[in-house]
Amino acid sequence: MIETKQLTKIFKIKKSPDVPAVVDLTLSVAEGEVFGFLGPNGAGKTTTVRMLTSLIGPTSGAAWVNGFKVGEKDQDIRRSVGILTESPGLYERLSAVKNLAIYANLYDVEQVDRQVEKYLRMLGLWSRRDDPVGSFSKGMRQKLAIARALLHEPKLLFLDEPTSGLDPEAARLVRSFVQELSEQGRTIFLCTHNLNEADRLCDRIGIFKSRLIEIDTPENLRKKLFGRKVVFHLREINPRWIDSIKAFAGVENVQPVDEKLVVSMDNPQVLNPQIIRMLVESGADVQFVGELRHSLEEIYLQTMRETEQEGQA
Amino acid sequence: MMKHIKTIVGKEWAEVFKNRMVLFTLIFMPLIFTILPLAMLYFTGQGMDEMASVTTADVPAEFLSVCGEGMGANECMQIYVVNQFLLLFMMIPVIIPVTIAAYSVVGEKTTHSLEPLLATPITTFELLAGKSLAAALPAIIVGWAAFGLFLGALPLIGVTRAVFAYIASPTWLLAIFVAGPLMAIAAVNLAIFISSRVNDPRTAEQISALLIIPILGLLFAQLAGVIVINVMVMMSFIGGMALLDVGMVYLGTTIFQRETILTRWK
Ligand SMILES: Nc1ncnc2c1ncn2[C@@H]1O[C@H](COP(=O)(O)OP(=O)(O)OP(=O)(O)O)[C@@H](O)[C@H]1O
Ligand SMILES: [Mg+2]
Repeated sequence: MIETKQLTKIFKIKKSPDVPAVVDLTLSVAEGEVFGFLGPNGAGKTTTVRMLTSLIGPTSGAAWVNGFKVGEKDQDIRRSVGILTESPGLYERLSAVKNLAIYANLYDVEQVDRQVEKYLRMLGLWSRRDDPVGSFSKGMRQKLAIARALLHEPKLLFLDEPTSGLDPEAARLVRSFVQELSEQGRTIFLCTHNLNEADRLCDRIGIFKSRLIEIDTPENLRKKLFGRKVVFHLREINPRWIDSIKAFAGVENVQPVDEKLVVSMDNPQVLNPQIIRMLVESGADVQFVGELRHSLEEIYLQTMRETEQEGQA
Repeated sequence: MMKHIKTIVGKEWAEVFKNRMVLFTLIFMPLIFTILPLAMLYFTGQGMDEMASVTTADVPAEFLSVCGEGMGANECMQIYVVNQFLLLFMMIPVIIPVTIAAYSVVGEKTTHSLEPLLATPITTFELLAGKSLAAALPAIIVGWAAFGLFLGALPLIGVTRAVFAYIASPTWLLAIFVAGPLMAIAAVNLAIFISSRVNDPRTAEQISALLIIPILGLLFAQLAGVIVINVMVMMSFIGGMALLDVGMVYLGTTIFQRETILTRWK
């Protein structure tokens, strides 16, 4: 669906140093995937989306979107993808229906009225369809802009921060809508700062800051950065058990924290039952066992920290 | 292709006609430009009657060639006066579209609506054609309507047949029906071109309004007696405008770069 090879965009501004917004980006996004593009402000996320939707041309490198090469088949690319731009850019003086109808026509949608109604209803804007968009709240505008991106039923959708600036309720609504779109089999390229959102929605995540730093499933990113950790809550800890646990093949580290033992290991599915049996047989009172999950936020911050250190080194 | 252009035109009109400033320009300017010459003609006619002493000597010598044989001095004077106003009529198709077009690209830039628009499969030509037509058509139609009103009102203020015949002559008709639309096209393209380079609609408007300079040039040249606007002058003017139009449309579509417009903020 998306394929990039050393995609690079350098903004040249008169009388100031060049801005390398995107450098050597190589990635591929498969059909049906929800790909999360994660990065701080100014990382080049929007710039990447603009290149992949043929809005701006790359400085060097190449990209293929839906099989069409960026820079050569721009018209085909524009026709076949949907985009939620960073700012909704709606026509404020015109009604919601009118806004969508304009785009339906520009995308050569066959049944304009039907598609417009379908998406206005789906996003809960039908009752406000004739109001000028200028009177809409930020969340409503965002929903309308999402509807606009879907009118021509694109298989590939670019969403540039779909929930930024929305209240938790509206954000959840948008998220579940994105989920729904993904279940319909659409491929989604999602730019976001919201790490929970990325964690919940995305099959794979690319952590990006001008360059691609990490790319993997959220699960693997966790493992890669922190390994997997299991916490054993015991009534009290006997120091001997620590050594016993360390003796298991596959256990990397055991750390006592209060009445807990935090065990880093490769495959908890196999090791947990063995460790629990050993602990029970040694007379430990096992109260709870659970996996210690790092939030994506920790992963993200850790990655950024490491990148910075590398940069300084 | 036509569908895309029509969509853009419809969109522009839906927006533009909600803008009071534009509506005001669209209605009042042509009205003023129609009433003014009518009033002048009326008072020139009246004044002449009272002091019948006006002779052909009062009319600039260069202008006598325009007045037909056997035309009275006051008729000739009226024609001289009204000829200045012809140039006002020609300003209608310049000023109106500039107001509309100046907002068309800059406006979309400032509201960020240009980005989703450029992300659609619309071609640059379709976009420019739609925006140009949306700005030029109302101006051309209003210009013609104003001229129609003017012609219709002429008998009411009692101009002579000779004067009427002069106004409904090839020079005027060419000016209104050919030069006007050509100027509108040039004005619109200039406004769009400029508005894609600047970020403030007012600047775009002001720079594009420079296009009335050639008209003012003609006006002053005539007032100063350097030239007389007749069919020949009008034809040359039209020729020049046509060339300018071709150049502008070509320049517009080649220079209008989607990326630059989206990313350059200067
Ligand atoms: N039109 C432009 N001209 C010059 N530099 C630009 C332009 N657009 C973006 N940049 C620069 O490119 C870099 C990446 O910007 P971009 O908007 O892609 O970041 P982003 O990841 O989308 O950030 P955010 O999370 O704030 O939206 C920034 O340093 C920005 O200043
Ligand atoms: Mg961005």
